[in-house]
Formats: sequence, C-alpha cells, structure tokens
Amino acid sequence: MIAHLPILQVALPLLAAPLCVLLRSARAAWWIYLLASVAAFGSALLLASSVATHGPLHYAVGNWAPPFGIAYVIDAANAFVLVLVSGIAVATAIYAPRSIAAEIDPQRVYLYYACLCLCLTGLLGIVATGDAFNVFVFLEISSLSSYALIALGKRRQALLAAFRYLVMGTLGGTFVLIGIGLAYAVTGTLNMADLAQRLPALYGNRTLTAAVGFVSVGLAIKAAVFPLHAWLPSAYAEAPSAAGVFLSATGTKVAIYAFLRFAFGIFGAGLVFGHLPMSALILIVGTAAMLAGAAIACYQDDLKRILAWSSVGQIGYIVVGLGLASQQGLSAAFLHISAHALIKGGLFATAGIVALRLGTTRIDALAGLARSAPAVFVALLLGGLGLIGVPLTAGFVSKWALVMALIEADQWAVIAAVLLSSLLALVYVGRIIEVAWFREPPLLADTAQPSTPAPMALAMWGLVGVSLVAGVYAAPLSRAATAAAAALLGTAP
Amino acid sequence: MIASHYNYWIAVVLLMIGLYVVMSHSNTIKKLIGLNVFQVAVFMLYISLGKIEGGTAPIVDAAFTVYSHPLPHVLILTAIVVGVATTALGLALVVRIHEAYGTTDEDEALIADRREAERT
Repeated sequence: MIAHLPILQVALPLLAAPLCVLLRSARAAWWIYLLASVAAFGSALLLASSVATHGPLHYAVGNWAPPFGIAYVIDAANAFVLVLVSGIAVATAIYAPRSIAAEIDPQRVYLYYACLCLCLTGLLGIVATGDAFNVFVFLEISSLSSYALIALGKRRQALLAAFRYLVMGTLGGTFVLIGIGLAYAVTGTLNMADLAQRLPALYGNRTLTAAVGFVSVGLAIKAAVFPLHAWLPSAYAEAPSAAGVFLSATGTKVAIYAFLRFAFGIFGAGLVFGHLPMSALILIVGTAAMLAGAAIACYQDDLKRILAWSSVGQIGYIVVGLGLASQQGLSAAFLHISAHALIKGGLFATAGIVALRLGTTRIDALAGLARSAPAVFVALLLGGLGLIGVPLTAGFVSKWALVMALIEADQWAVIAAVLLSSLLALVYVGRIIEVAWFREPPLLADTAQPSTPAPMALAMWGLVGVSLVAGVYAAPLSRAATAAAAALLGTAP
Repeated sequence: MIASHYNYWIAVVLLMIGLYVVMSHSNTIKKLIGLNVFQVAVFMLYISLGKIEGGTAPIVDAAFTVYSHPLPHVLILTAIVVGVATTALGLALVVRIHEAYGTTDEDEALIADRREAERT
C-alpha cells in the first residue's frame, strides 16, 4: 500500500475534481473535497514516517522504469512540504463551507470545490514528482485553478486581480518551460536524477546558464519574490476568504520548494551557487523583499492587504535562507516555510471571520473588535506576534534559525535588515491591534454582528494553535527541517 | 551561425514581440494575444529542437533510417493544451471584466475602481 502512496496522493484529489463538477451539489462537493484532502494528509503523514525510517521512496508511474517513464521520488524534503500543504488543505476544508456561503453565489459553490481539488492536485504534484516536465504541468494545473479561485471573489476587483495574476503567472510558467527545454536540449533527459547526473559535465555551457536563469526567474514570479511580486497583494486580498487561507499558506511556498529542487536536485549547488553569482543575487533580492514588503504593509488600510504585503516581506526571509545554500540556511528556510504557512493561514482565516462578522476588512471597521469579538482579537494578536517573531511563537523559532545561519555566514548587513523588517512588522501589526483594542466602536454597529461559526473558529484556532505549539516545542519541527535540508544537499545519512 | 540557427532567432524574436505586447498594452484582449505569441515562440523552440533535416516521423520501416525526435513534439502537445486552457480562462475573465466594468481596458477599469473608492 505504502508503495503506491506517492501517486495516490496526487491522483485522489485529481479524481475528486470532476466528481465535484458531475454531482453539482455544494454539499456533496464539500464532502468530496474534505475526503480528498484528509486522504492526502493521511498519505503524506504515512509517507513522511516511512521516509524517516526507510529512506527515500521511488515510484515508477505505470511501471515504466525511469528515465523513460515518469518517476515520483519522496524524500525528507518533499515529505515535509507534502505534510504542510495537505494539512493546510484539511484546515481549509473545515473552514470553507460557512465562509463561502457568505461570499460566493450558491450555484457556483461546487465549482469552487472542484477548483480547490485541482489546486491541491497541482501543488502536491509539483512536490511529489521526480520529473522536470511534470513540474511544469502541475505548476500550470495549480496556477490555472488558483486564477479561477481568485476570480470567484465577491468584489469586481477580484476579476482584475485574477486577470493580472493570469498574465504574470503564465509568463512565469512559460519561462520555466523554456528553462526545462534548454536543459533538455543539452542533456536529452527530463528525469531529475538523470539530469543531475549529466549536468555537472556541462558546467559553463551557455545554454545551461540560460536554463538556470529562465527557471529561476519563472519560479520567482510564481513565488512572488520581490520585485516580481506585483500580482500577489491584490490577488490574495480579493480572493474569497477560504481560498485566501489556502493560497497564501501554500501557493508561494510550493514555488519556492520547486526552486530548491531545481537548484539543488537538478542543476546542482555547484552550478547555481558556485559558477553563477546566484547567492549574492538572492541575498540582495531577499533583503529588498523583507524591507519593502513590510514597509508597504504599514501603509495599507485593509486587513487582508496588510497580510498580503506582509507575505511579500516574509517570503524575503525564506529566500535569504535558501540563498545562503548552507545546511543551516536551508533548514531555516524550511522552518520559515512551515512557520509562515501556519501563521499566515491562521491570520487569513481570522481575516475571513472578521469579513463575515463586520462585512468588511477595512482597518477603521475593526474599531472595538477586542470587545465585540474577543476570541477573534486574541487569534489576531497571537498570529501578529508570530509575524513579528516574538519568542514562544513559530515565527521566533524560524527567525532565530535564520539569524544563526546568517551569523555563521558573516552576513551582518542582512541581519540588520532582518531586525529592521521585524520592527516594521511591529508597526503594521501594532496598527491593527491599536485600532481593534483601543479605538471606540461606532455606536450603531455592535448590535447586528453575527457570531463566529464553530467550524471557522476551529480551523482558525487549529492553525494558530499549531503555530504556537511549534513555537514552544520546536524540536520536532526543526528536526524535520534539518532532515529536509540534508536531503536536498545530499548529506542525508 | 545566424543562418544555420535561424530557428532560435525566430523563437527569440517572437518571444520579445509577445512580451512587448503584454507589457505595452492595457487592453486585456491584446494582452492575451501577446501572451499567445509569447507561448507559441516557446512551442516553436521545442518543436525545432526535435527536427532533423531529412528525418521522417518515427515509424519503424526499412526504407527510412533518419527520424525526427518525437519527445519534444509530445511535450509541446501538453504545453499547447495548457496554453489553450490559459487563453480560455483569460477570455472568460475578460468577458466577466466587461460585464462588471463596461470596458475591456485594464487602465479604464482601474480608474473606475478609484472613482468608486473616492465616492464612498
């Protein structure tokens, strides 16, 4: 059974999507999505425990032996991301029904779940596959379904946001396709392990250098790495709340994982970080991202927009970690991938509840939230503290690991930027808390506020709670992140 | 060098034309046309990679010994499907944008949003 899990993991959500469309019922579609995501989460956990004890799993799709057939390879690095993505998918399933009932036309709800299934398929596929072209196909499956998810947003601005994301995302995806094509042209293979074996002999080849450039820029667009982030803030802010939870927590993280896999698993650290000055470039871009993202977040007047801009900044931390290309840097990147996914997922879930209760996420409307909805306020506060990186939150664990890795690499300027951007995070989180805690509520408002539906509260507390537990008992998470980094660097035992 | 590698030059020129159209126009339909030119450039690049002069389709027969490489062609079949899906979704979004704003121009839609925000 375990032997077939790598493909089942991806195939189950893929089969669930047409079922949702065929049954045409919102309730049935929700059950199908819930079952598919729980199955994916269960199999991700099984795979992770099997990888931890028996080492990497190889699966030949259709029993066609690689390098001719498509191989799926699960090691500590992608098992880590699989568990994260499918876990968030389960939280989204719990969160979604009450949230979208208020935001999406009832006749379109089953299509929303079909898109979520497809998006989950794409993301899990990118992570699980061992074939370079397969990455492109799954990248486009996940992107196309997320454009559709974003376009389902309540306001008409969602349509424009989805269209801009479609244009940028397609450019990014096509860049990745060019890069894969060039790498294929010089080696004649698409299997990742095979590529990794044949490429070192070609270091210095100009076609190969171009391939690295195209893949890196393409994935940087998909991961919204500054200055290619322009699509992200409005896309995540305008998406239906439940789609925002899923996409903000997983979309960009999986693109970053794909870059890690291409850089370390295919092109090789020797080429990307040795022959090419990628390390310096990534550190500059990442530093600019964490400063610019956090600074612009301070000037937004909508809760979801603050969170989206803060994502642009937080991606900077992950990128800086991977730019170091060291064991410590990579495990810090993996830690921040998981910490930020949990915290930002939790915060977007909170923002969705705010949208449901107040009918808006404008900052001015939050006045008096601490009194009218204390539980929501506490979740907002705890998530915000995680974004700043206060001790006892997951954000602290990953930032601490990042600063340690930076000290080891003697990157003092970047450390200064990390501290400065944490201060800026204090400013934008502080603004939210200030309005919600200290400002008087408008006199008319507090009569008609609906209460928080229990499933939404459960999903919100689940995400925020796990991020807090991971902040206090950091050992299991950091062990997994260290194993993931070791697997990518090829130093795993 | 230039003459013998003309297929790459065609791909590069088409790629740049496509990218320029996407960036320079605010009309959403023109943007999609640019995006299509951009994608087709990549399809041509892949397909020309697999072509061998004098090569036939890869059918095993005693009369032929030189075959074109079928794999890049099959890969591009997949990429074309992705391109068609993207264009279809893009056009559907343009229809919805036109319904919501009464225009297919991105800049005009943004101005309409700004006016609306100022009124409230």
